[in-house]
Amino acid sequence: MLVQMSSMRDAYAQALLDLGSKDFRIVVLGADTSVSIKTSLFADRYPDRFFNVGIAEANMIGIAAGLALAGKIPFVSTYSAFVPGKCLDQIRNAIAYPNLDVKIVSSHGGLTVGPDGASHQTVEDVAAMRAIPRMHVVVPADANSTIALISHSLMLSGPFYFRLSRANVTEIYTPTDEIRVGTANILKEGSDVTIIATGVMVNEALEAGRLLSREGVSAEIIDSHTLKPLDSETILKSARKTGAIVTAEEQTIIGGLGSAVSETVCESYPVPVSKVGIRDTFGESGEHKELLVKYGLTPQEIVKASKKLVGSR
Amino acid sequence: MEQEQIPTGMLLQKAVKIRTDILEMVAEAKSGHPGGSLSAVEILVSLFFYKMRHDPKLPDWPDRDRFVLSKGHAAPVLFATLAESGYFPVSELKTLRKLNSRLQGHPDFRVPGVEFPGGSLGIGLSAAIGMALAAKLDKNDYRVYALLGDGEMDEGETWEAAMAASKFKLDNLTAIVDRNGIQQDGLTEQIMPIEPLGYKWKAFNWHVLEVDGFDLRQVIEALEKAENMRNRPTVIIAHTVKGKGVSFMEWDPAYHGKAPDKDTVRKLVEHMRLE
Repeated sequence: MLVQMSSMRDAYAQALLDLGSKDFRIVVLGADTSVSIKTSLFADRYPDRFFNVGIAEANMIGIAAGLALAGKIPFVSTYSAFVPGKCLDQIRNAIAYPNLDVKIVSSHGGLTVGPDGASHQTVEDVAAMRAIPRMHVVVPADANSTIALISHSLMLSGPFYFRLSRANVTEIYTPTDEIRVGTANILKEGSDVTIIATGVMVNEALEAGRLLSREGVSAEIIDSHTLKPLDSETILKSARKTGAIVTAEEQTIIGGLGSAVSETVCESYPVPVSKVGIRDTFGESGEHKELLVKYGLTPQEIVKASKKLVGSR
Repeated sequence: MEQEQIPTGMLLQKAVKIRTDILEMVAEAKSGHPGGSLSAVEILVSLFFYKMRHDPKLPDWPDRDRFVLSKGHAAPVLFATLAESGYFPVSELKTLRKLNSRLQGHPDFRVPGVEFPGGSLGIGLSAAIGMALAAKLDKNDYRVYALLGDGEMDEGETWEAAMAASKFKLDNLTAIVDRNGIQQDGLTEQIMPIEPLGYKWKAFNWHVLEVDGFDLRQVIEALEKAENMRNRPTVIIAHTVKGKGVSFMEWDPAYHGKAPDKDTVRKLVEHMRLE
């Protein structure tokens, strides 16, 4: 089988070039990380529509708000440690409260930034963004879904937080798959347990599904790329079918995907939910794969959690 | 010759009316920020009744000049000015800060004519830069005005924005600092000294003008000079007095965020009308 590794940043840059060639309202803002995030490709092609504000994230968000108020569609990008990390107030008051059409696309989310260490890793960004009213929160799993979800977001109004990974990932989708904001994708049907994952953990969930099937456990695998608004219909349908859920995310389990899924099933159809994610701690320097193992973000952990739920019935 | 055309009589009348509106609305609301509203009256009057290109019947007119109230706690002066301009009925001012009113404690988009939901300090100049950049991209000649508080100079984002506006050569942007000398906890020069303020802006490559913020002619002339400046943004440091027009409020930090009671306001308004 051909395994294709891809970069979400490259995909994002490609999406910007494609969308920017058709929609001249699109402008891009960077904060001295545009070469790393590849938005410099947009800057090279459309210099008039690219604004590098230097290392000044709060100002970047405020400027994006003004551009949106004057009819532009700003894409704002830097590392997720800094947006939202350094400008929660600006995102809240200047973008979300007035419900502006600003797309924040932050890269290097989670632990998989690797050797840069905890100051540059993010465990809390998704939870913080989920808590802000009106904000959409999307964490794609691969390059093709990054392109599809960003393209779809242009058809929707309001603020978005996209969290991309620096790590190269195994491609899950094809360019023609239907991937839409707000609709979870069922990647594999199953009957014993539902594994709901987001971001880089979707690949780990698929691997967990393969390991489980060898042991006779049938897992349904769902990519919940959109954490907000959560596709509660798909999740509840699966919960009714399997009666047990494992969530997998590369961020703190406080306020992230596991929380979102729990909030939904608790109110409508309570089933046990086991959360694979970061347990209220900061990361550290290390290689991407080493960090996933040390912090328990592996297919093996998903398998363990799934078997425990299935076995306890 | 241009000076002769400034209708100062009409503008002065508007200023008196807006001052009384501010006092009546905060007294009715029993809360709000009268001090920093009263200091900015002549600035808003100069903009909305003389300088700015705007049409209260078409708040979304794409070619309109934009006014960003970054010091959003001065919502009373903005709401009063918008109402007196005709954006919404003056009678609505008495609903300020009340449940289900459009007139929130700090301005937001419920109110026609509001261009930015200021309030959290430091953001407005950045947003004004975004609007000014969009005007340049669209080759539109509208101008963007941002009113900042002097306490707001403490915010780091103000200076991030100051750097960016000169980098982008935004000659269509005018910032006005309401230099009333007082922030919530006390005098600005005691809480966090910001002087020499003009030199600071100059060092950030802005065109700097200083005026008496209660002298309509000076304010208007500075706005004209800003418009004629090329390739650089202008900041007008408007020297004002917090609580201007009410003797016991002037220079008293307590009136940053405290409303006088209704009886007092009734007497004050009576007095102002007679003057």
